[in-house]
Amino acid sequence: MVPNATQTGIQVDSLRQEFPVLHQKVNGRDLIYFDNAATSQKPTSVIKALTDYYDGYNANIHRGIHTLAEKATRAYEDTRLAAQQFIHAGHPEEIIFTRGVTEGVNLVASSYGKTFVTAGDEIIVSALEHHSNIVPWQFVCEAKGASLRVIPVSDEGVLDIDAFKELLNTKTKIVAVNHASNSLGTINPIREIIRLAHEVGAVVLIDGAQAAAHLDVDVQELDCDFYAVSAHKMYGPTGTGFLYGKKHLLEAMPPYQGGGEMIREVTFAKTTYNDLPYKFEAGTPNIADVIALRYAMEFIQRLGKENIAAHEHDLLQYATERVSAIKGIRLVGTAPEKVSVLSFVVDGIHPFDIGQMLDARGIAVRTGHHCTQPLMDRLGIEGTVRASFAVYNTKKEIDALVEGLERVVGFMKQA
Amino acid sequence: MSINAVQEEIIEEFALLDGDMEMTVFYIMELGQKLPPFPESERTDENIVKGCQSKVWLTASLEGNKIQFKADSNTAITKGLVSLLVRIFNGQLPDDVLNSELYFMRRIGMERFIGTQRSNGFASMVKQMKIYALAMKTKLEVNL
Repeated sequence: MVPNATQTGIQVDSLRQEFPVLHQKVNGRDLIYFDNAATSQKPTSVIKALTDYYDGYNANIHRGIHTLAEKATRAYEDTRLAAQQFIHAGHPEEIIFTRGVTEGVNLVASSYGKTFVTAGDEIIVSALEHHSNIVPWQFVCEAKGASLRVIPVSDEGVLDIDAFKELLNTKTKIVAVNHASNSLGTINPIREIIRLAHEVGAVVLIDGAQAAAHLDVDVQELDCDFYAVSAHKMYGPTGTGFLYGKKHLLEAMPPYQGGGEMIREVTFAKTTYNDLPYKFEAGTPNIADVIALRYAMEFIQRLGKENIAAHEHDLLQYATERVSAIKGIRLVGTAPEKVSVLSFVVDGIHPFDIGQMLDARGIAVRTGHHCTQPLMDRLGIEGTVRASFAVYNTKKEIDALVEGLERVVGFMKQA
Repeated sequence: MSINAVQEEIIEEFALLDGDMEMTVFYIMELGQKLPPFPESERTDENIVKGCQSKVWLTASLEGNKIQFKADSNTAITKGLVSLLVRIFNGQLPDDVLNSELYFMRRIGMERFIGTQRSNGFASMVKQMKIYALAMKTKLEVNL
């Protein structure tokens, strides 16, 4: 039997008690949840924060003068302070609450892109991007007559930084790349990317969807201009997240959406806008989920990102060894630096079939192109099977995945 | 054998698996492997069923006044599912295909584990088969 406590001090057995959803049978077997890159499960502290809010102090924030409104406002703004600290931002007003990374990217594309990008300019993304960090930039390019350039990727899933240097020039206005790839797990050299982009005067947006729960993020040290995060991929609720932006950039940007909260004064002749961060938070926000997000960040900080990363690295290494030893399986994405994502294809078996067969054994993985069709085209595959690990996963679960895969491959081979 | 008689036969076969999901999935894939080979010349974009997450090719023809389907898929489970439809509808009158109501999926517990997207794909397959049946019906009427 493989012990479930790693050298890092993460006590997985007791930690799992904090995640009610993990304790159930799926198709007659213990659920094994390996779809964490799509969304992670939520600890009881996060779930309780949601019900506490609705049970105890549901109220609209900021303008209310009554006690409940003040309590809700304080809790909401406490999350902003926690987020500031979580990514080491310089000012709380540099944190804009969004629905998640997708909205964060759209906000920057729409507001910054449409204001500061002009005809003939260039926007650079990478071949590893999720559709949500491609399509909003295509909107900008189409609207402004700019062009989209792409940093190429190697067969192993590593970005070609020399090629990136070639792409950079004075027409480059924005560089948008992910911190870690959702399909392959590759951790990108964003520090270097940011430095190089700044040399030509471009601003840099980092899609932190796959990084925030796994890697330490210090936006000031990185010197990135924008950093987008989704709460639900870091043990928090769905439908919320935040965008970090450097204060002077956010101040120079026009509002993204119009409505309540984002205004200072409205007349039919002219409207003036509120200060940061409210300028970018039109309408009643997702109060409950924002409040609960603080508990997700606290959960991560209680365990320590270093401990989480060490535990997940341990799982990734174990899974990489065991899965790649199965005959007929080829790993996709073998970059030296990876978050806990294991993507693979199996000779002669479609990823959908693998996913469905693993589900029959209670194992949840993701199959398909993972919203990175250009990457799949580049790698010459239709899709992969992706197992992604979180802090509550165990080596025993990986053993069950391997057993399931061996059975599936065996069945298909004899057929 | 009527459409409903074939459905009942399928329900009986699956009952032997006793609700074991893994066995059910394996059995579906085995059924798919028994489908006659699909002619390469008909593996065209035109014959792809729209609305399926995996690729499904489907063609239809008449033998006398009965309909005959040929199908294939790039995924083993979908191929198994479409093979069940081929088994149910082949040799039936176009009118019977058009008026049929398929209930076997629910009865063999498949809806439980076939994801929404693939369920939609299944619905697309059935719809395409009924469209073919309508075309065959029209063809028969014009020939008369």
